[in-house]
Amino acid sequence: MSAAAEIGRPEAAKVASLHAGMSEPEPQCAHCGLPVPAARLEPLCDPQFCCDGCRSVFAILHSAGLTEYYRQRDPNDPRGGSPQRSQRKFEELDEPAFREAHTQAGPGGMLRCEFFVEGVHCSACVWLLERLPRVIPAVLEARYDLTRSVLRVAWDPSCAPLSQVARALDSLGYTPHPTHSTTLATEQRKGDRALLLRLGIAGAAAGNVMLMALALYSGEYGGMAAEYATLFRWGSLAIATPAVFWAGSLFFRGGLAALRTRTPHMDLPVSLGLLAGYFGSAINTLRGQGEVYFDSLCTLIFLLLVGRYLQRTHQRRSAKASDLLSALSPTTAYLVESGTPREVPASALQVGSIVEVRPGERVTVDGVICDGSSALDTSLLTGESFPEEVTVGDRVHAGTTNLSSPVRVRVESVGAETRLGRLMHSVETTQRERAPIVRLADRVAGYFVLIILAISALTLLIWWHLDPSHAIDHTVALLVVTCPCALGMATPLAVSAALRAAAHSGILFKGGEFIEELAHPGVIVFDKTGTLTEGRLALTHFDGDESLKPLVRAVEATSGHPIARAFQRTIPESNLRCEARQEYPGGVRARVEGRDILVGSQSFVRAMLGSLPVWCMTRAQAHAAAGRTPVLIAVDGVVSALAAFADSVRADAATSLKQLAELGFQFEVLSGDEQRVVDAVVGELRVPVLNATGGASPEAKLAAITTLRAGGQRVFMVGDGVNDAAAMAAANVGIAVHGGAEACLSAADVFTTRPGLETVALAAQGAKRTMRVIRVGIGLSLAYNLLGVGLAVAGRLDPLWAAILMPLSSISVVTAALRARTFTREAKP
Amino acid sequence: MSIIFLILPVTLFLSAGAVAAFAWATRSGQFDDLETPAIRLLHEDRPEDAATRDDTPRKPR
Repeated sequence: MSAAAEIGRPEAAKVASLHAGMSEPEPQCAHCGLPVPAARLEPLCDPQFCCDGCRSVFAILHSAGLTEYYRQRDPNDPRGGSPQRSQRKFEELDEPAFREAHTQAGPGGMLRCEFFVEGVHCSACVWLLERLPRVIPAVLEARYDLTRSVLRVAWDPSCAPLSQVARALDSLGYTPHPTHSTTLATEQRKGDRALLLRLGIAGAAAGNVMLMALALYSGEYGGMAAEYATLFRWGSLAIATPAVFWAGSLFFRGGLAALRTRTPHMDLPVSLGLLAGYFGSAINTLRGQGEVYFDSLCTLIFLLLVGRYLQRTHQRRSAKASDLLSALSPTTAYLVESGTPREVPASALQVGSIVEVRPGERVTVDGVICDGSSALDTSLLTGESFPEEVTVGDRVHAGTTNLSSPVRVRVESVGAETRLGRLMHSVETTQRERAPIVRLADRVAGYFVLIILAISALTLLIWWHLDPSHAIDHTVALLVVTCPCALGMATPLAVSAALRAAAHSGILFKGGEFIEELAHPGVIVFDKTGTLTEGRLALTHFDGDESLKPLVRAVEATSGHPIARAFQRTIPESNLRCEARQEYPGGVRARVEGRDILVGSQSFVRAMLGSLPVWCMTRAQAHAAAGRTPVLIAVDGVVSALAAFADSVRADAATSLKQLAELGFQFEVLSGDEQRVVDAVVGELRVPVLNATGGASPEAKLAAITTLRAGGQRVFMVGDGVNDAAAMAAANVGIAVHGGAEACLSAADVFTTRPGLETVALAAQGAKRTMRVIRVGIGLSLAYNLLGVGLAVAGRLDPLWAAILMPLSSISVVTAALRARTFTREAKP
Repeated sequence: MSIIFLILPVTLFLSAGAVAAFAWATRSGQFDDLETPAIRLLHEDRPEDAATRDDTPRKPR
């Protein structure tokens, strides 16, 4: 053990040197390198640990001979830290239903399964994960896919159940989550491969045709025997045919769909140019005279496919992030059978069964409490900022979180039948009915097609009169040179560069079209709880003797109730001990230092003491009117202090809203919380708000958004809860802020991975800048096209010019797109 | 110069081979994950590491 500890040591020392001003060598955790708290120091042991998690991972790595991990790891990576473990039993993975749905059989009786894995942050983690067979021999192979954050495990079910494999992963600090929607992932992978294949074929064709075109062009100037020219033309035709009709069939399909649905689309002018160019050149090859444009056509297809591929890759990154988040949702529950709870998949629950919900866990069903009492955080479902006290006989809903003590719930409805399920259903319906966004480039392309058709008809007509033998050639040349290569690349490239930059700044767009949509100002509708506010209570006022604070802190030291948490955050810990602590609905009673302390609501303290002093009642009323929650503190039977709590407005809310207002956005607030609380929050924002409504149900929110949109407004919904999800789906763009519910993330078009509203302002600014880049690109490509049109109409365009103009225009557009700074905070707006 | 009549088809044949190889690689999923293999390359077990464990056979070098 000590020899192995030596390996861990130098790494830890390096971390220490990073902490400036640390002269005394403080003991470092042998696993994670963080300082070891004084309380955990063990003077006689060599390896010291900061927590039990680190100790057990260290022991596992040593017994499996995996100390190489400490060498692979980058000691400067701050994300390492101590391992986060869920401590779950993962028993649900052994259910036959799970095995049926999530595993595939392999040779020799082994099974394969895929997991999303949390906590992978560096290459050492990948190394460790792939050496899982050494930790648990039942595992035959483990392969990690960094692109999808998925670990593929092959294991022998006769040696160990899957739950044991999952527990081994969890004990190393990598919490596994079964992937769902595997069919979707397979579909996606198929699509990726097909596009890559097209790209490869188009690239190979473009390269080879270009070589032959080079020979043809130089032959034109230097002289070339006719038989060689014919050979090169036929050769080009042979290569270009699969490129156009296989790799390029994507554009024809898109063009046809655009015609059928009568929506303008970029694929339409592209198909027109490709078909005209290909058939014109093919006929000229057959005839043995006239121009051929095979090189330009292949380059065009290749470049357009590059743009699409990049866009798809970046879009998939955001999709992956949302997949990962939704995989983290609890899909298990503790089913109580004959008195003992057992972990089962939530889908196995039935109406009438009893489940246990422990503190900190999410309720997975709708039902009635049959045992215990607790406080529930319903903010994600209703927008209510203050926790709801529940006891036997009260209804609870799926999607709420249990805060203080375990309760048992008799199931009344599960899955799609729960309130949450019905809400999600309405989200899906709304999303399906939403009209697709017509993107700027496609709108431009719509006009573009008409203009090109008009000009080519004109060219054909004029040349028919001047010189009928060249009329067709010149028209084909026109169609080829105006084929909007740069126009088709301008948007995908600008968008994929912007998506990348945005992801870097903590903003994930689910599609490029939402960037375009967000670039135009409109009405932003904010949810209150968790969006404009922190979503948790904080101590805002303390009327009374400061010396009472440590006593209250001691009483509330261990509770998980939001009020207790707020006390824990604001008052520093002391060494006072509390005894005989007893929780009641609405308050708590305990003895500290021999004094009898009561902390709780007005009604609780009144019930305990019989009456309340007048000063405290007027203060409490004033706080309540201002949207704050008063909590009374009584010492030895006398009310001696009054604390007030509120869900405070986010620190960056006012500045972010001011920035948004400068961009031309207007605001509304729609909350499920009480009107007086909403008014208090709006008052703190210091920006004009058109409308602030409290007490709005999810259905009312949806209706409000629909009314706004019907009034011709561009509506953006920013929220964090399930109750906002339907409204988000109905808005032009739904934005989910960091920390939102999974249901809300799946409904949102944009979500942020950093707390605060700053990212929302940044998203709007970045979208505006991206739009400017797109416009510049479109302008540039239209300018090149104009030049081409001029040359073609004048009959001066030969294939060489076409071959030079096309890449030139594309390169300038690409440069403009990639050099632009869009979603960085340093950029000047 | 007439050698070109032979060379051109040969070139095309070779390119077709390259394209076929690319198609095979794509279809068998070799381009699905372009990030992890780059990291996996650096993960070679070192002899010091092998020395700390006794149950696993030493990798031939």
